[in-house]
Amino acid sequence: MSEKKQTEQDKFLAPENKKHTVIGPDGEEIQVDPLNDYFCTDLPKVEAPYKGVLEKFLNWARAESLWVLSYGTGCGSIELPPLFSPRFDAYRFGVAMRPTPRQSGVLIISGYLAVKTLKRVIRSYEQMQNPKYVIALGSCTINGGMYWDSYNTINRLDHYLPVDVYIAGCMPRPEAILAGFNKLKERIKSGNAEGANEYIEKLEWYKANQKKIIKDWNMPTYNW
Amino acid sequence: MNELIDHIKARFPIYDVIESQPGQIFVSLEASKLIPMITSLKTNHGFTVLVIFTAVDWIEDDKFQITYVLNNPKEKQDLGIRVFIHRDDATMESIHHLWKHAATFQRELKEMFGIDFPGSPGVDDPFLLEGWDNIPPMRRDFDTKKYSEETYFPRPGRETNDPATFMKQMLYPDD
Repeated sequence: MSEKKQTEQDKFLAPENKKHTVIGPDGEEIQVDPLNDYFCTDLPKVEAPYKGVLEKFLNWARAESLWVLSYGTGCGSIELPPLFSPRFDAYRFGVAMRPTPRQSGVLIISGYLAVKTLKRVIRSYEQMQNPKYVIALGSCTINGGMYWDSYNTINRLDHYLPVDVYIAGCMPRPEAILAGFNKLKERIKSGNAEGANEYIEKLEWYKANQKKIIKDWNMPTYNW
Repeated sequence: MNELIDHIKARFPIYDVIESQPGQIFVSLEASKLIPMITSLKTNHGFTVLVIFTAVDWIEDDKFQITYVLNNPKEKQDLGIRVFIHRDDATMESIHHLWKHAATFQRELKEMFGIDFPGSPGVDDPFLLEGWDNIPPMRRDFDTKKYSEETYFPRPGRETNDPATFMKQMLYPDD
């Protein structure tokens, strides 16, 4: 990284992520560059799917246990709590909510996405483990919806993350979301839901799009 | 309420007194007299609540209007105070020493309108727009549609036909 680019990035870094000195237990001084020392700088590699019956079995298992990250980005997140209430009962489809990206396999982008939120979404998505799927709720994720000319809301989610299933509507009701989950299951079972690999294959393009609008990029290129 | 207005009028140069509804009055004031006036209203007249504090961009007059709405919970009265400042070099005195939460309003006004409040805590920190490098988006000379089209990869819409021209082409293609 060139000197000028380095200082540009330093401008947005949080104080704890800037280069600094740490005093060790014996009083020795250690120079720390958190972005290189604390985070993994390697880029991910494509994990090719298995072949034949084994992959089919794995896909069946993945489809029947979708763990969703409890993260609402917009107004659509208000449709998710009723989904897990007795009336709609998403648990019978094997859909469960998880509190952390490390445990979840499905990321629901529920509604409009501001640039500030997109940064957190990208971090969450990259911290999830393969295989991972993205469901986009509402028209805002498709073409911007009613925020199509807003100064701070993205228009097309598929320029920043690989999307498996779109659920149209403003907002889609819980029945529509259940239908979306069933669609995702079909997609996984047919072996087409390779979004995580697609993201890695086209990483340069995705990163260029993300960095175009996140002007204060102050995190590692890939957040493991 | 009228007694109060008379009382203020004797001490501060207010003009454009409008009673928008019973118990709610808007007045205009010179920007330099604002701090003495709201300090007096807060300490002497019971206007202890800062309800809202926002700005309007009057681009034709080259002015920002900043409106402070104060509330008197005991008498159930609202008083709106409007001050006007110039658009270029927009700077206003901070009132965070009177109400702590005014600092948040001021931070937002700095970001959305570019109105500076020197001395207000955290006024330069990004609030909603992290890393914004354009003119403040709530200023009326900022073209939000153009910015969105240049930045956020708009999805091309489907083709539509205006019924009148479409039928004209169908029926009278030679015209």
